[in-house]
Amino acid sequence: MRSNLGDRIFRGVLRLAGSAVLLLVLALAAEMFRTAWPAIHTFGARFLVTSVWDPVAEHHGALSFVYGTLVSSLLAMLIAVPLGIGAAVFLAELAPPWLRPPVAFLVELVAAVPSVVYGLWGIFVLAPLMRTWVQPFLGATLGFLPLFQGPPYGVGMLTAGIILAIMVVPFITAVSREVLLAVPNSQREAALALGATRWETTRLAVLRYGRSGLIGAGLLGLGRALGETMAVTMVIGNRPEVAISLFAPGYTMASVIANEFTEATSDLYLSALIEVGLLLFLVTVAVNALARLLVWSVGGAVKVVRE
Amino acid sequence: MTARTRRAVNLAMGGLTALAAGLVILPLVMIFAFLLFQGASAVNVDFFTHLPKPVGEDGGGMSNAIVGSLILVGLAAGLGLPIGILGGVYLAESRDRRMPWLVRFLADVLNGVPSIVIGIFAYALVVLPMRRFSALAGAVALAVIMLPIVVRTSEELVRLVPSSLREAALALGIPEWKVILRVVLPTARAGIITGVMVAVARVAGETAPLLFTAFGNRFWHQGLDQPIAALPLQIFAYAIAPYDDWHRQAWAGALVLIGMVFIVSLAARVATRGRFSGVR
Repeated sequence: MRSNLGDRIFRGVLRLAGSAVLLLVLALAAEMFRTAWPAIHTFGARFLVTSVWDPVAEHHGALSFVYGTLVSSLLAMLIAVPLGIGAAVFLAELAPPWLRPPVAFLVELVAAVPSVVYGLWGIFVLAPLMRTWVQPFLGATLGFLPLFQGPPYGVGMLTAGIILAIMVVPFITAVSREVLLAVPNSQREAALALGATRWETTRLAVLRYGRSGLIGAGLLGLGRALGETMAVTMVIGNRPEVAISLFAPGYTMASVIANEFTEATSDLYLSALIEVGLLLFLVTVAVNALARLLVWSVGGAVKVVRE
Repeated sequence: MTARTRRAVNLAMGGLTALAAGLVILPLVMIFAFLLFQGASAVNVDFFTHLPKPVGEDGGGMSNAIVGSLILVGLAAGLGLPIGILGGVYLAESRDRRMPWLVRFLADVLNGVPSIVIGIFAYALVVLPMRRFSALAGAVALAVIMLPIVVRTSEELVRLVPSSLREAALALGIPEWKVILRVVLPTARAGIITGVMVAVARVAGETAPLLFTAFGNRFWHQGLDQPIAALPLQIFAYAIAPYDDWHRQAWAGALVLIGMVFIVSLAARVATRGRFSGVR
């Protein structure tokens, strides 16, 4: 085939635009690493295992933030994964066909609500609700566990976990639904032909087939939860402590960056905050990379996963 | 298991999953009802036309933040859309194997990077060299967030263009670049526009990456190299402040923001439904 000059130029432009994504990710990693270097150099591994965060004395240890991020995200996943996959099963398998599009659209809208609006609602509705009803109830019934002891502040780890769950659940639902829809119909037909009920078909033929994709969907939700900033910052209480009780206020990696970045007075302080960001970046990249590979293993890479 | 228990389990699971779907949607209803109840009274002409009042004075509006958000999102779209759409065409049309796979993978990974981390990136890239917070830095952050979404949606929609159209044009001897620009892209246009709208709606609500790039401003914008107000930033600042009047304004701001996001999502939905349901 004759290679046209215009074609060659055009291909070059397209390739350039395509590589922009690649360059951007590389530049992001390099730039974060460069600006975080003073803190990495000064604190070394201590940064990860100490929880003293004293900007005045220039002692920086990120342990309490790492702990807060992990606990709040874990709480969120405990609530969001069963709920999200359940809703996806309803949307993809069990709901009457006329009901599916409107409900799927509403789920999309839940995902479209901006984080700061969730935070606003968290401050003025969810936190008071937790303080007057949920936490006293949990304290009275499960109070023998150290997890549910202490005064009910309203804001704190548990509230942050719940608001995170609300925020990532539509996302898990959407990805799981795509995964379930990617399961070939021959799987369902085979099970139905053997006399299985709808639910048995779903359990035996669909969920099992799409298992790796569903794990991927959960991981994508986890990635979201780890990095979610505004809503968590507004309801977690922002106290850099490692507390056992879920009623106690905590702090997450994303929140400390959001709260203290513009107040960082010394270069080392700023650098320490950027190192927290670098950690968050590395963890979310790892979680997302794994999740995408799992989701792609079911549906193929090309289909866009809506969020 | 008898047939009866199996049928009962089937029904029960149908009910349970329906309950799960209901619980997923419940917060949306609660938030919307709450915003209407609390915020609607503060959404008035002043809200759209006035600057914020100093502490202690009631009234005022968020006109500067609404305009600021429009400027930020417009600038981000100007930076991110051309690259994003061309990148999407590249993914859909390229005949290589490895490179498109990598780009697609990285785009999806970049999409999962927390927006606050992107904010740090824009800070290091724009704010540090310029030595001040600026609208430009905020727009760069939003453009980076937009890029992977636009790349992946454009790819999907370019792929939806029937290959018979391409083949017909190529068979007439038209060079490939012209086929893509004059046949493929115009065919996919409506879809790409709606994809772009979804991306715009998403970044319009972003707060975290603007905290230390655009920074916020209580006055009219003073140029792209100066700090600029944004609606989500203003909502955040008002929500955590201790004044009742500011809380009311925050609710009103949230109602306006969520209204904009929903209208765009709904419009995108309606526009794509008629056109592409048949192609799929």
